[in-house]
Amino acid sequence: MTSPGDFGGRETWPLWEVFVRSSRGLSHVHAGSLHAPDETMAVRNARDLYTRRAEGISIWVVRASDITASDPDARGSFFESPQGKEYRHATYYTESDSVPHL
Amino acid sequence: MSGTKTAITDESSLDEAGAARFAELLANDQRVEPTDWMPEGYRKTLIRQISQHAHSEIIGMQPEGNWITRAPSLKRKAILMAKVQDEAGHGLYLYSAAQTLGIDRETMFEQLITGAAKYSSIFNYPTPTWADMGSIGWLVDGAAICNQVPLCRASYGPYGRAMVRICKEESFHQRQGFEILLHLMRGTEAQRAMAQESVNRWYAPALMMFGPPDDDSPNSRQSMDWNIKRFSNDELRQRFVDMLVPQAEILGVTLPDPHIKWNEERGHFDFGELDWAEFHEVLAGNGPANTIRVARRRQAHEDGAWVREAARAYADARMTEKIAS
Repeated sequence: MTSPGDFGGRETWPLWEVFVRSSRGLSHVHAGSLHAPDETMAVRNARDLYTRRAEGISIWVVRASDITASDPDARGSFFESPQGKEYRHATYYTESDSVPHL
Repeated sequence: MSGTKTAITDESSLDEAGAARFAELLANDQRVEPTDWMPEGYRKTLIRQISQHAHSEIIGMQPEGNWITRAPSLKRKAILMAKVQDEAGHGLYLYSAAQTLGIDRETMFEQLITGAAKYSSIFNYPTPTWADMGSIGWLVDGAAICNQVPLCRASYGPYGRAMVRICKEESFHQRQGFEILLHLMRGTEAQRAMAQESVNRWYAPALMMFGPPDDDSPNSRQSMDWNIKRFSNDELRQRFVDMLVPQAEILGVTLPDPHIKWNEERGHFDFGELDWAEFHEVLAGNGPANTIRVARRRQAHEDGAWVREAARAYADARMTEKIAS
């Protein structure tokens, strides 16, 4: 398992990942990352760095080192192959194409 | 970085599989992400290019920051502050992107303040007049946009994403610069002369921002093969000149190149030779403002050290308290 942004060991401040919600009803979306000494400063820095033009109404920050990610080297074996599983999609069922509201 | 190695595959076969995957990504014009295998040269090229780009944004705050206290109106002052703040932001987006390639930020800062790293030579020219704020926006940011729009499709994901954000914000920079010049050109004789004099100084250096001519740009070919660069230096320069000529007409300024002439056959404007000896001189550190730009950056970095350390100490102390309670 790896954490994103887990590079280099000489930083004065830890790395934070920033998520911004652009408006009510939408999810927080990853906007980028930044350095900050603690969570309070991280939120403030995120506001200055990622919402200078009203891009958001809510911000999440999380220490990059606290994120657990799937192993990039095991991509093939980890994610199930979609091969032959077209039946999981509505487009697979063509016989009902002409039927309204279906 | 620490990754769980699942099998006891030997390094070389891992590399081979990685190289094949990398080639496949490029062939399909897909993006390479930080955790993907990539050739060492690709990584090094990107670290150099992205960190230089970040340094340029950070150093680029200086020539304009120089005019914040002397902007001619409150409106212009607010605009200039917003623009300089954007540049700080652009620098940070790009440092973040460079870090995903395995270089830490302290190292990049050091490279900048020791003069080991390069940045765009355009920022080594001084800004003696207010009209220079106009010329920088119109010409320098204009050239930067021309260069940066294709970089949004750079093969390295984090770089492309940073560029998308930057390009969105950069268009305001160019327009506000154009407007400064437009207002000066509608002003008094002295104001028009100031605008023209400034354009005279910035035009050629702005054209040189695209880098040396193609036949003198040894790394370009490789960068294009890696889908980092999408157009050659000369192609982008031509595109920029073609946009500038009609804009200059609207402004009423004369571009300081007597060789500018529409070429029906090529469907482009011809333009004169640039002074590449000057370009290399400035790049080598002998421009009008190289020394002062780096010295200022170094001073700001060193003067701010106690703030960074104090904030870190405070955070650490709070963490200790939390654990103890």
